[in-house]
This record gives sequence, structure tokens and C-alpha cells, in this order.
Amino acid sequence: MTPAALRVPAIDDDTPELRARLHAIWATTPGWKGWFTTVDHKEIGIRYIVTAFVLLALGGVEALAIRLQLAGPDLRLMTPEQFNIFFSMHGMTMIFLYSSPVLSGFSNYLWPLLLGARDMAFPRLNAFSYWVYLAAALFLYTGFLTGNGPNDGWFNYVPYAERQYNPGLNQDFYALGMVLLGISTAVGAANFVVTAFKMRAPGMSIDRLPILIWGTLTASVANLVVVPAVSLAFFLLWLDRQFGTSFFRPAGGGQPLLWQHLFWLFGHPWVYAIVLPAMGMVSDGLPVFCRRPLVGYSLVALSTVATMILGFGVWVHHMFATGLPGLSLSFFSGASIVITVPSAVAVFAWLATIWTGRPVRSTAFLFFAAMILLFVIGGVSGFMTASVPVDWQLTDTYFVVAHLHYVLIGINVFPVVGATYFWFPKLTGRMMDERLGRWNFWTMFLGFNLGFLPMHLIGLFGMPRRVWTYPAEMGWSALNMITTIGSFAFAIGVLLFFVNVAKSWRAGALAPADPWGGSTLEWALPSPPAPYNFAVIPTIASRHPLWEEALDENTPRSTITRGMMLDTGKETVTTTPLDAIPDRIVEMPCDSWAPLLLAVALGILFVALLLKLWLAIALGALLVLGALILWLWPQRRLLEREPAHG
Amino acid sequence: MADAMPAAPGPLPVGPVGRRGLGQWGVGALIASEAALFAYLLFAYFYAAASARPGWLLEPAPKLWPALPNTLLLLSSSLVAWIGEKGVERGRRAEALTGLIGAFVMGAGFAAVQVYEWSIKPYRLGTSSYAALYFTTTGFHMAHVVAGLVILAMLALWVALDFFSPRRRIVVSAGVLYWHFVDAVWLLVFATYYLTPYLGFAR
Repeated sequence: MTPAALRVPAIDDDTPELRARLHAIWATTPGWKGWFTTVDHKEIGIRYIVTAFVLLALGGVEALAIRLQLAGPDLRLMTPEQFNIFFSMHGMTMIFLYSSPVLSGFSNYLWPLLLGARDMAFPRLNAFSYWVYLAAALFLYTGFLTGNGPNDGWFNYVPYAERQYNPGLNQDFYALGMVLLGISTAVGAANFVVTAFKMRAPGMSIDRLPILIWGTLTASVANLVVVPAVSLAFFLLWLDRQFGTSFFRPAGGGQPLLWQHLFWLFGHPWVYAIVLPAMGMVSDGLPVFCRRPLVGYSLVALSTVATMILGFGVWVHHMFATGLPGLSLSFFSGASIVITVPSAVAVFAWLATIWTGRPVRSTAFLFFAAMILLFVIGGVSGFMTASVPVDWQLTDTYFVVAHLHYVLIGINVFPVVGATYFWFPKLTGRMMDERLGRWNFWTMFLGFNLGFLPMHLIGLFGMPRRVWTYPAEMGWSALNMITTIGSFAFAIGVLLFFVNVAKSWRAGALAPADPWGGSTLEWALPSPPAPYNFAVIPTIASRHPLWEEALDENTPRSTITRGMMLDTGKETVTTTPLDAIPDRIVEMPCDSWAPLLLAVALGILFVALLLKLWLAIALGALLVLGALILWLWPQRRLLEREPAHG
Repeated sequence: MADAMPAAPGPLPVGPVGRRGLGQWGVGALIASEAALFAYLLFAYFYAAASARPGWLLEPAPKLWPALPNTLLLLSSSLVAWIGEKGVERGRRAEALTGLIGAFVMGAGFAAVQVYEWSIKPYRLGTSSYAALYFTTTGFHMAHVVAGLVILAMLALWVALDFFSPRRRIVVSAGVLYWHFVDAVWLLVFATYYLTPYLGFAR
């Protein structure tokens, strides 16, 4: 039987019979088999989030160890070598293994729900991206547990990272682990880009996208083209160390600064990649608690994109003190100052939203609102260091440490915790405890500021970052003690968050479909949503499909209860990139072993590369090849080949 | 609520038809990311070359034999692969197999000549940063050629098994598109390492 090449999709109401049919088609196989083979974006999203939070906790414990060592002058709680590993692990964990993956997790879970889609564009790739992330995290932490953690800071400058100065396996673990992680990030980014352009519900034209979509889409476009820079840098470093090349070694004509260029060509866009989606969470979440739409939607959307475009041209501001020519410093300084404009647009949009709204002070609102304050503090200190002479004074001091923590904790951790309070009911079907939430918020907020505000001063007083200890005469002792106390208070706040999550997940109040009165599509679905998300494909007529009655805009209404059924297989519809006009019915892949197999094969390959076991490398490469062929073998069910043939 | 009307499209294509479908977007994203990778490799060359001392270039006048004819061989293999894709599109299996297998043989020939060229270089990977960049960049490209050859071989196998039709052939189109990319990016690698010294860059 040949399925028709063209079909008019049947339209009907959302009925229990339809839901039963779709459930049978879309549900993951129960049991352990389904656990390993699922391609459901909701399952994968939750795994991402949970794994990232576990790594947040690990990175946090590392930070506390650092703060204990620095609590007073001349302490000897750990050796300098251990200290190097701890601050490098802390930075690497937080920046690479927590802050981006947690946003990928939320976006994985939320995107199809926000877009009115039944899944991501490439569900198997989605599963693969998670497994490789997990493999990379295990790989890097295996290095740490065997005493081979990275020991040269998260940006890992040469020449110290070269074998001559760093003979152990530390840098090899870091280099190969980052290449492995890069695969996960790049394929995940590709999936987001294609999903944003092809998987939206009919009518969700580009000017009706939630800001979270803009944020993650922008970050993903950037990741797609900048992640290869850091993967390449780490690969070249590995060649320098293991095969005697001289990419970064002046003795062989190499260029140590090449490392910094390749790293920051990636590194600065990456900073925006780990904040733009979080800013999107605030732009979508905050208005719900202000009972009004976001002020300046178009400006915020455009400034998101503008931030990233400018963000490609600011990487040298990490290298002001390396002796580059003055003209190039001026250019990058100018670009770094200009980039505050689009960020300020977002800040004023949020402020105006609160100002003109009727704020409901829920825990999520507190976290979102606090983010604005912390963003301003972190933004201003960043703006200061965009100026070359100021940067020359402050670079490599604790001022920069304070700045980057205001940015990363302020614009990533606070919105993410807020987003958890906001979307937890959707993810788990249960509400988080608001009372514990207040304790959680105030402990985190006060602890964070107690810990990190004084750090600006420590930096201005001249304390360099990454020193193992300091003598009492420097006069840094009191401020360091305050910072340590603040960091422990902050840690208690984070612990309260985890306690609240664990408690509420088990025994929280049951959540209705729309506990907050939200405006976007995910709140039209039961909490948690069914495996197929939408029983009928919704049709979108405005930016706020659930607020159309309240806003009473003079437009046609969105339709969520009647639409294309697409129930003759695991089907959904794709739409055109700008106007979201339906252009194709597509068959989605079912549960598959291929993603896990490919990730395991890659894991074997990378362990073999680390140990330079040539036979195992060959075996790993063959396994990768085999898993890829298995994955890509044309399937009749996916209409990749002709049933009549072969 | 009166004007709440669900989208009711007319006849829609079901699954990938011709070369159009989600897979085409996926390969496009893959190529964008891989193109970026090569851009950084070439950036590394230009950066190292621009900031190097005189004498850094180990071959101030790179020999164009056999690299230039080899480049032409690889570029023409793209044309042959395209003929193979057209064969699938027209439902002519012999033509399709000839094109895909022909492109595979030409690509394998390119790889063999490249390995030969590596073997006659007077320097090795560890000689200097120029040597490291040359072997790594051409090595990265070789890895992509090998991936492309596996793809062409699998496509030929699947065509031989009669998997495709003029309508269901997105796999062929995606694979051939990747092969075009492998060939196009070589042109940039070739121009950088073999031609820019003649323009006086880094000499």
C-alpha cells in the first residue's frame, strides 16, 4: 500500500476518543526499555533540568570549599594544586555543565508546548543531545575524581595548559570532555533552530513568538556557529600536548594568543547564550504576575537578536591586557559599551511592565524582579570594564569575579529558580510551596548580595583572582570572611530550593492546568501534559492566545479545541518559517535505541582517545559508524523510502 | 468568538517529498556548523601567518602538482554526484548508480592523492606551527571526505536495493548536498594553503 503523497488533514473537535487514540500512538513504552529509548521532549527536558541541578549542587560544594580556604588569611585547608583544581572545576561545572544545559532543559520541555507543537523537529537528536551531555559530565567528573580535574581556570590559558607545565592527564580530560560536550551543544542548537522555524502552530507568525523562543533561538544560532571554535581550540591543545604540534607554543612558531582568540570567539557569545534564554523566561513569566502583556514586545525581541549580533564583536574585551594594538582595543571597547543599549531596552521593558501592571508577589515574581536588580548591578560593572583603562586596573582581580557572578547568578540562576516556581506545576502536576518559597528567595537574595557585593571592594583593593591564599597584612581578611559567610547563606538558600522541589514533587498541592492565569499555550494543557501535547493542532491568532478575551483585542480568536487531528500515525504538521502557514504533514520517529547507542559509542571513543589505546579508538570509531548507519537507515515508517520498492 | 476558525489547509504533502522536508533543514544546520569549524581553522592559519616571523611559511611557493589537478578531480566529483541524484529523481537506477559510484571513486582517488601528497612533504606534523596547521586542516578535510565517501557508498547501496523513488529520495539529496559541501570547503582550504602565498601573503 502506498500512502498518498498529498492529504487534506481532517479537522475535528478535541474529544476523549481522539485523546485515547493519540495516547496509544505517542506514549513512550513503559518500563526500563522506554526509559532508555524515549524521544519525548518532556521526558528529555526534565532529565536535562535534573542533571543540571545536580551539577549546580556539585559546583556549589566546590565553591564552598574555595570560600573556606579563603575565609581567613594564610589558611592551609587545601594545597595550592587542590585549590587550582577546585576553582577550575567550579567554573567549568557552572558555566558548561549547569548554566547552558539547564536552559536547554527548560527550552526542551517548554518549546513544543509554547509553539503548539507535538514535539521538537528532531526527537531522536534531542535524546542524543542529552545522552552526550550526560556522557561529557561523567567524563569530566571522572577526571576530577581520579585527581585529574582541570587546573588552569575554566578558560584554560596556554602556556600553563601545555604538557611542559601540566604533565598529568588533567588537561586531556578537560580538552576531550569539552569536545564531547560541544557535540551535545551543537546538535541541540541545530534542533532548536529548525524547531523554531518549522514546528510552530498554524498562525504563530514570527511576531507572535514568546520571548523565550526568541532567546533560545538566538542563543542556538550563535551556539551553532561558535561552539566549533572552542571544540577546535581544545582539540588543537590536545594535539599540542599529545602529538607534539606547536599551535600555541612559540618555540615551534605557534601563537599563545591564538588560544585566547579561539576561546573568546566562542566564550563571549556563549555568555549571551547562557543569559538570553533566561531573560526570555523573565520576559514571559514576569508579565503573567503583572497581569498585563510585556511592554515593548517588538523592542525586546529585536534587542535579544541585536545583543547577539553585537555579542559576536566583543570577544577581545577579555584580552585588553594582552598587548594588542590600541586601535583594535578601541573598536572592541566601543562595541562592548554599545552592547549595553539592547540590554537596557529589556530592563526598561521589564520595569515598565511592573510599573504599569498589578504585580502579584508570588515567589516566582520575586525571583524575576530580583533578576532585574542583579542584572543592573552586573551590567554596570561590566560596562565599567568595557573601558580599556578601567579594565587594565580591574582585570584578574576579584572585581571581575564579582561582575561575572552578578551576571551568571543574577541572570541565570535567579530566573531559572523563578522559572522552576513558575513552570513546576506544568512539569510535575504539583504546586511548589509558596511559604518555603519566600524563605528560599530571601535567603538566596540576601546571602548572594552579602557574599558578592563586598567582592567588588576586595577587587578594588587589589586582591587578584585565583590566588590560593593571602597574607593578613593585605587588609582583605574581613571582607573575605563576609564573602564566605554570604556564600554559605546563599548555599542554604539553594538548599531550601532543592528541599522545596523534592517536597513538592512528592506531596505538593495538585496543580490545575493554569494556576497563574498565563497567556501562552502551555497553560491550555493539563498539568502535566499528555504525551502528544495537543490533541488537535491549535490555530493561533494573537501573541497571547489565552488572554484574548481579557485583552479583547479586535482580532480573530485563536482556536485550541478544534483543529487538525493528525491521528493516523505519529504525525504532526510543519509550517512556513515566517508566517507559520501549514506546509507539510510529517511522521515523527518512535522510541529508538540509536541515540543512546551513538552516545555510548562516542563515550567509548573518547575514553580510548584519552588513553591513546589505538585498538579501542578503532573499535570506538567503528561503533560510532555503526550507530550512525543504524540511525540513518531509511525507514518506511518515516516515509524516507518507498514502500513499493525493495 | 465568532471568527474563531481553525486553520484548514488544503492538500498537504505527507512526509518528505523530493528534496524537501525536515531532513533538508537538518543537513543545512549541520553544514552551517561544519562551515564555521573550517572558518576557525582558516582563521587560525591567517592569524598565525599574519603574526609570524619571515620564514614561517615552509613552502613559500607551494607546488601545485598534484594538488591542483586533485582539486579539479574533487570538484568534478560533485558534478558526477549531482548526476547520480538526478538519476534518482528521474527514476533511472543505472544512471543513479553510475553517478553515486562514480563520485565515490573520484572522491577515493582524491583521498589517495592527498595521502600521497602528505607522504612527500618534507615536513611532519610536529615540525612547526605551519606544518601543524597544514596537516591538521587538510586532515580535518580528509575526515570529512571519508565521511562523505561512507555516505556515497551507503547511498549507492540503498539505490541498489531500490529504496527510493522520484518522490521519496530526501536521503539521497541530503547526502549529495553534504558531498557538495565537502568539495566546496576544499576549494577554500586549497586557496588558503596553495594560492595565497603566490599573492604574497605571509611570504
